[in-house]
Amino acid sequence: MAMHASVEAGTDTPGPMVPAPFTLVAKRQDTSDTWTLQLRADTGSPLAFAPGQFTMLSAFGTGEVPISISGDAGADGPLVHTVRAVGLATEAICRADVGEVLSVRGPFGRAWPVAEIDGADVLVIAGGIGLAPLRPAILALLARRERYGRLLLLYGGRSPDQLLYTGELEAWANRGLEVALTVDSAGPEWLGHVGVVPRLIARAHFDAAGAVALVCGPEVMMRFTVAALARSGVGEERIYASMERNMQCGIGHCGHCQLGPTLVCRDGPVYRWSELAPWLAIREL
Amino acid sequence: MQTLEQLIAGAPVFAGLAPAQLQLIAGCAVNARFDAGELLFREGGPAERFFLVRAGAVALEVEAPGRGALVIETLGEGEVVGWSWLFEPYRWQFDARATMPTAVVAFDGACLRGKCDADHELGYQLMRRFAASMIERLQATRLQLLDVYGHARVG
Repeated sequence: MAMHASVEAGTDTPGPMVPAPFTLVAKRQDTSDTWTLQLRADTGSPLAFAPGQFTMLSAFGTGEVPISISGDAGADGPLVHTVRAVGLATEAICRADVGEVLSVRGPFGRAWPVAEIDGADVLVIAGGIGLAPLRPAILALLARRERYGRLLLLYGGRSPDQLLYTGELEAWANRGLEVALTVDSAGPEWLGHVGVVPRLIARAHFDAAGAVALVCGPEVMMRFTVAALARSGVGEERIYASMERNMQCGIGHCGHCQLGPTLVCRDGPVYRWSELAPWLAIREL
Repeated sequence: MQTLEQLIAGAPVFAGLAPAQLQLIAGCAVNARFDAGELLFREGGPAERFFLVRAGAVALEVEAPGRGALVIETLGEGEVVGWSWLFEPYRWQFDARATMPTAVVAFDGACLRGKCDADHELGYQLMRRFAASMIERLQATRLQLLDVYGHARVG
């Protein structure tokens, strides 16, 4: 557990279970079902967080959902969330108009270990909306670019029009991030790679002996990714993954997000894969 | 400048082969180049060759009526393009198109099949390697079929 940074939950709020009002100040549609929202705290100072943490976000009256923070942890700007509309709560959040007030609790959970992997080649491996929780890690890595070896982003999506943050990729590349994209299917106008994310790993150039991987995406994709990383020589103790379960309270009290002996909201969402592997082998979990 | 044997020896699919075996394989190989957009082969055509990508990228495509060409997979440096030369009826199942200027080593399939028939140890070693590569591609295709980024109604 010592490998992870942490930020105390809700230090500017009356308590971690009390929602804080945040006003939606900007909204951008990223894909057919995904929006990026910028939220400003109605009271108190901007939310301090570490890359990889999440909040419990809600449009009032529709229930809370855990959403990873996708903004820059090193900037004092608005709280940024990228949300995919896949259910009642997320659809209500994505429907909100600029000026509306949403409720926020958090931030919660353990962060990506970006400050603890100096000198390593770092592979950021994302699938689908899994790039959203990794965006703050990418920004933090690039802010300290000189401290790392090679920085690679291997990112896959369903199709070219479903890829996130495409407007930022070039800027990231100019700052020293090697970007490789892939999609599951595409027409001939797409000149990039077609295939699954794990297939990019064998083609990537990095020093496997000390490399660290930060992985986020659908769980099946992450399992295949870890297997491909192992074939390339990256051990499970150097692979970190962000997990998703039924987080509700956010502070390890309710138990809904139990994963083996851990609670994802408190002990995750970012884990070393070596911590997770024994529990992921149990299908009922 | 690398010889064909050196180029072949450096490819993952041929890793660990003995120098004499690499020499036999290189005897069936030539260097080739394709411009961006150029076809390496076309669905239904005779599968007489296969390719090792040295640089560039090759898209495997299938023409779907009303939808145009759909890209199934993209192959890059160090990867093998084409398995249909291995088995009858030796016809390509897909189109293969260079998506950028692409350098390959092109192998004569009949030549290599003949050498494998004559030297079963070479044939066994090659089939082991091709099978491993095909299994990796099959597993990736299965993951692709799962559509893991598709909709699942949640919160």
